Amino acid sequence: MGTVNIKINGVSYTANQGITVLEAVREAGIDIPTLCYLRGVSEIGACRICLVEIKGQRGLVAACVSPVADGMEITTTSPRIMDARKKNLELILSTHNKKCLSCVRSGQCELQDLSQIYGVEDEDRYAGAIPESEIDQTAGHMYRDNSKCILCRRCTVVCSQDQDVGVIGANERGFKTYIGSAFDQGLGETACVGCGQCIVVCPTGALSEKDHSGEVWAALSDETKHVVVQPAPAIRFTAGEAFGMPVGSNVKGKMVAALRRLGFDAVFDTEFGADLTIMEEANEFVERIKNGGVLPIITSCSPSWVKYAEHNFPEMLPNLSTCKSPHQMFGAIVKTWYAQKNGIDAKNIVVVSVMPCTAKKLEKERDDQNAAGVPDVDIVLTTREFANMVKKAGIDFVGLPDENFDDPLGQATGAGTIFGATGGVMEASLRTASEWIAGEELKSVDFHEVRGTKGIKEATYKIGDLDVNVAVASGLANAHQLLEKVKSGEKDYHFIEIMACKGGCVNGGGQPIQPASVYNFVDLRGERAKTVYRQDADTPLRKSHENPSIKKLYSDFLGKPGSHKAHELLHTSYKPRSKHGWD
Amino acid sequence: MGTAVKIPFKGTAQQKSELYKVIEENANVRGALMTVLQKAQDIYGYLPIQVQEMIADGLGLPLEDIYGVVTFYAQFSLYPRGRNIVSVCMGTACYVKGAGDLYNDLCERLKIKDGECTPDGKWSLDACRCVGACGLAPLIIINGDPYGRISVSDIAEILKKYD
Repeated sequence: MGTVNIKINGVSYTANQGITVLEAVREAGIDIPTLCYLRGVSEIGACRICLVEIKGQRGLVAACVSPVADGMEITTTSPRIMDARKKNLELILSTHNKKCLSCVRSGQCELQDLSQIYGVEDEDRYAGAIPESEIDQTAGHMYRDNSKCILCRRCTVVCSQDQDVGVIGANERGFKTYIGSAFDQGLGETACVGCGQCIVVCPTGALSEKDHSGEVWAALSDETKHVVVQPAPAIRFTAGEAFGMPVGSNVKGKMVAALRRLGFDAVFDTEFGADLTIMEEANEFVERIKNGGVLPIITSCSPSWVKYAEHNFPEMLPNLSTCKSPHQMFGAIVKTWYAQKNGIDAKNIVVVSVMPCTAKKLEKERDDQNAAGVPDVDIVLTTREFANMVKKAGIDFVGLPDENFDDPLGQATGAGTIFGATGGVMEASLRTASEWIAGEELKSVDFHEVRGTKGIKEATYKIGDLDVNVAVASGLANAHQLLEKVKSGEKDYHFIEIMACKGGCVNGGGQPIQPASVYNFVDLRGERAKTVYRQDADTPLRKSHENPSIKKLYSDFLGKPGSHKAHELLHTSYKPRSKHGWD
Repeated sequence: MGTAVKIPFKGTAQQKSELYKVIEENANVRGALMTVLQKAQDIYGYLPIQVQEMIADGLGLPLEDIYGVVTFYAQFSLYPRGRNIVSVCMGTACYVKGAGDLYNDLCERLKIKDGECTPDGKWSLDACRCVGACGLAPLIIINGDPYGRISVSDIAEILKKYD
């Protein structure tokens, strides 16, 4: 690719041809503010905040949609630019609900930050009519408050392009424009899959998960309740970000210490549930191969993927593994085996899941997620809600010592750890299934081909006499593409892993929110995943079937993988849903 | 949920096959949505959810994409035409003479807004531009019959004629 010579604020630079002014200026170490731009996804130049001057052009130019050209002279800091950015912010604020103190995003709001930086003196400078709106509370996992929406359209773009869901978009026009669903269905009535990626990209407080931390505080203060917590594999690699730590910090020990200080009676680990999932799923895979069952088998731990399949690929539901997701399996074991062993009535146990995921809030409400006659999981919190609880409790997260999970349900292997990144469930399954099929120990537990943040990955592994074809997709648009090839017969796989969120759970919709400047220019998926695999490499046991607590669970209670009891407690079923929602 | 979905859909097999033909002709044409929507409105007279779902499935687009375009352009309607069409002139002369009050009263009485149709199909309401009869301001027109120089208190009596 060729290069061009440009000047930025009078200083000469060489930039790659084809990149935008925004990217070139960023490479020169200058951050141009943006509100609507999402790199590679949404480049519509609508918010008019990234304005710059280009010599020879009459008006100000939107840096996000202007390609660099040879000889271009760019100014990013003139009084004219600063004034224009400030005016545009004031215009955006003219219809914005400015109840900032009580806003969920106060202190983390991109509009608020920019208003401060550009010196907005009067947020009511252009006071006038305000479009009417109601808060949409119809979905179980989140709400939309359009009075805080600035119509940047980032949410609609991730919903339709990254996720191939497309249940939200801009309706009406001009002053009446609002983001909503077809025929003003509530989000909960649509084919929304609950992934929460819209929340992660929202620059303001228009979108947020429903906060269930109040229920946790109540349970913790109720002496009749035995409150058990389980954080997902992905939480330990992201929670630090909510406390100002760098992207990619592994805060496993601090996370455990914080949970203990919040007052949970037992701090266990969803990674135990992940190891258990592998036992059941690898067994299901081996059985389907041996007995001519439905192939490819497709993973079922991502609830957004499951709901997406129910709406869009009902004919492929028999391909889905019948395994419950790891935190649901975990809850089922807590309320049966753990309850019996400790002589606690399951009704008095409260299982709290800390998840990277908003869809887990919907998943726990599904049919058939109540192995002991009570819900497997009682409350689901996102990483963000967990971080807020820690802050509310006044716990100095960054200064905490490292602590260990409680036994026995806190014991896990590296196979459970890698559930947090795309390809992880596949790799963990292969580590176990390979040894079961071939009947001998693996030489290496590393399956490098299924790692990495590419949207679709493929590999073929020789297991015993069998060439096993596998594929991994993350991001539902990628999953769609992959499944169409399977349906048409173009591709033939034995095993497919699908994660709804690009990059897997470390980038889930419940994870700490990063502003556009980070989201667009830091490889969040890559950095978070690196820590996942580092932790796996540092773990002594890396195969689920070697987890001593898992072995004990089977010998004491479940029998063997796929047993009648395991099926009763740990497996579930799916139902076709209509393509356009309403059910 | 909007009021549009409460109106019973009375599409015929003939209309459906016409729409499928239009969709088929345009299924692989990029940017064909406007054409398909215009023809669909010609066939059905309006674009209810049943029609928009057929178009969404036929063109492989999310329903919300269709609805976003339909609500963006004034040429598309989510409502069928009622048996009686009430137009309120909102031209300058009528407006200063109180057309806004007439319009608001009609909205309240019929429980619909501009461009909508009552669920029983009896009434449509339009707020239209100047019809050129400023001497009669404020003016409403029902099925072509003009009622000029009226006030809110006359409306009940006028509507009764169409019972």
